[in-house]
Amino acid sequence: MTREKTSVTALPEPEIEYEEPALFGLMAEFEEHEQLLAAARRAYAEGYRRMDAYSPFPIDGLAEALGHENSPIPLFTLAGGIVGGLGTYFMEWLAMAKLYPINVGGRPLNSWPNFIPVTFELTILIASISAFLGVFLLNRLPEPHHPVFNVPEFERASNDRFFLCIQADDPKFELSQTRKFLESLAAAKVVEVEQ
Amino acid sequence: MDTIQGSEPRMPDPSKPYPVTVLGYPAEMIGPKETYARVSDQIAGIPLKHPHPKFWLTCFAIAGSLFLMFCVAVGYLLFKGVGIWGINIPIAWGFAITNFVWWIGIGHAGTFISAILLLLHQKWRTTINRLTEAMTLFAVMCAGMFPLLHLGRPWVFFWLLPYPDTMKLWPQFRSPLVWDVFAVSTYFLVSLMFWYLGVMPDLATVRDKAKTKWKKIIYGISCMGWRGSARHWQHHQSAYLLLGGLATPLVLSVHSVVSFDFAVAQLPGWHSTIFPPYFVAGAIYSGFAMVLNLLIPIRRLYRLQNLITTRTLNNMACVTLVTGWMVIYGYIMEAFMAWYSNDPFEKHMMWDRAFGSYGWVFWGLMLLNCVIPQLLWSRRIRTHDLALFFVALSVNVGMWVERFVIVVQSLHHDFVPSSWKMYYPTKWDVITLLGSIGMFLMLLLLFIRYVPMISITESRELIALRREGQL
Repeated sequence: MTREKTSVTALPEPEIEYEEPALFGLMAEFEEHEQLLAAARRAYAEGYRRMDAYSPFPIDGLAEALGHENSPIPLFTLAGGIVGGLGTYFMEWLAMAKLYPINVGGRPLNSWPNFIPVTFELTILIASISAFLGVFLLNRLPEPHHPVFNVPEFERASNDRFFLCIQADDPKFELSQTRKFLESLAAAKVVEVEQ
Repeated sequence: MDTIQGSEPRMPDPSKPYPVTVLGYPAEMIGPKETYARVSDQIAGIPLKHPHPKFWLTCFAIAGSLFLMFCVAVGYLLFKGVGIWGINIPIAWGFAITNFVWWIGIGHAGTFISAILLLLHQKWRTTINRLTEAMTLFAVMCAGMFPLLHLGRPWVFFWLLPYPDTMKLWPQFRSPLVWDVFAVSTYFLVSLMFWYLGVMPDLATVRDKAKTKWKKIIYGISCMGWRGSARHWQHHQSAYLLLGGLATPLVLSVHSVVSFDFAVAQLPGWHSTIFPPYFVAGAIYSGFAMVLNLLIPIRRLYRLQNLITTRTLNNMACVTLVTGWMVIYGYIMEAFMAWYSNDPFEKHMMWDRAFGSYGWVFWGLMLLNCVIPQLLWSRRIRTHDLALFFVALSVNVGMWVERFVIVVQSLHHDFVPSSWKMYYPTKWDVITLLGSIGMFLMLLLLFIRYVPMISITESRELIALRREGQL
């Protein structure tokens, strides 16, 4: 009994460091898309850069308000179209004029008008595939999990609410000040997003 | 700039269940009380809660039985060969190619609605584009099978594709039949990508609304973890618009290429320069009719009148009427050119078409495709569900008959009277056609059961536009 007591008292008080769950950012919820757009503009003007906005439908000018440049998807598509068009014509010429030449009514082996339909179709196909894959590549999808899904309210981002999330790794991020700033933006709610 | 779409003032009309414009046309594009949350609940609720399970199961059982018949017919075909069909020489194409052209034509409405009307800012397309795109995919699947089954040896279909094979053979790129392979497969793939890009954000809505774990997982995987960030939307919208732009010439090219299968041949009745535009118009004609035939029962059953409004149906009916007149122009030109060319074979073909052995089919075609659709001049018919349904049905049957006339009647009397012959379909021909309809309906039923059938995203955009007073 005594021994136990002494041993307990002899132990040093354990210094437990309660680690706060790492913070991903602060998220403000809005009811209307105009509010989100205005908030994004204000946040950008305030100097925040590492942030993202979430909405249930595309909002004109939102990406620009957050400081994103134009999407490179059109360039992807153009490149795909050029590669598809030239590549297809080359393949047809190779097959019909070089590898497997067939003389049809004495017409030239490189009978280009006949090669146009397939060239056209495959130009469209490769350009479309480039645009389609570009969306996944640039958006880093599939990405089944992301910290914003930790917020229970966030399931309304695909329904009827609009969110602005300022990330904790933004150089200007300071928990209390950023919270105050977001609350000043007519947000319905401001919540912390865990990592 | 104010366009005719959605800028007219709305007026209540006591004699009609919907508000009208000054000219008396239905005004609403989306029900008046809709909010973001309401459309999300309503549309995502169909795959999640599955209303009307008995009705759905009954339809699925019928469609599934037809599909099983199709499997039997195809199995027997692979076992026996194309001799089980009624085809012969000279009528080598018969039902298979008729069905092919019919199905691919039906498939044209989807891309027309989603791509061309997108570029033209026709906002009434918003609530019907998803369903029609799905219809396109399934119709093209049905279409694609028929030429392959008709090959005789379908298991070597890959010989149609260019690849460096051990026999050192290449497809003949000068042949319209090879162009067809590329046109149809491109059309299918581009439609699929366009459709998937559109459906991805809506699958995210279903994921977030799902209550059970497995539904969350399955919809979560199928939407790729979409979270609607501004960057996501930016790339998504850019690609969506570009795909719309790319699909626009594509949709016009596909049926043009299909028409080259006929027009490049020397046969009277086929060898005609009007075929590409005439085929494209006919494709959109039958496609819109098929959309009407599907939308009218679906919107009634699932109570989607607030989203798929009478105005949408009215607009669809107007497009049907206009493309119908393009098709009628095609018929007139065919007859005129036969007379004007003074070519004895052309003249005989035209005479035989109207008064020969298949004359009754031709006059049936005229009735179904040219006479009955004139009912659409009446606003009462255009805004009456049941009447519109039957007019659309007449167009669908009519367009199938049109392809039958083009394929069979043209082939059965060619240049040399000694080779003239009749074509009679066998029971396998009929089963294969009905079976393909079963397969189409089965896929469509699975789609409306498991996937949001109206674009939730774009419906929200309509609501946002109306809030801003732009609708």
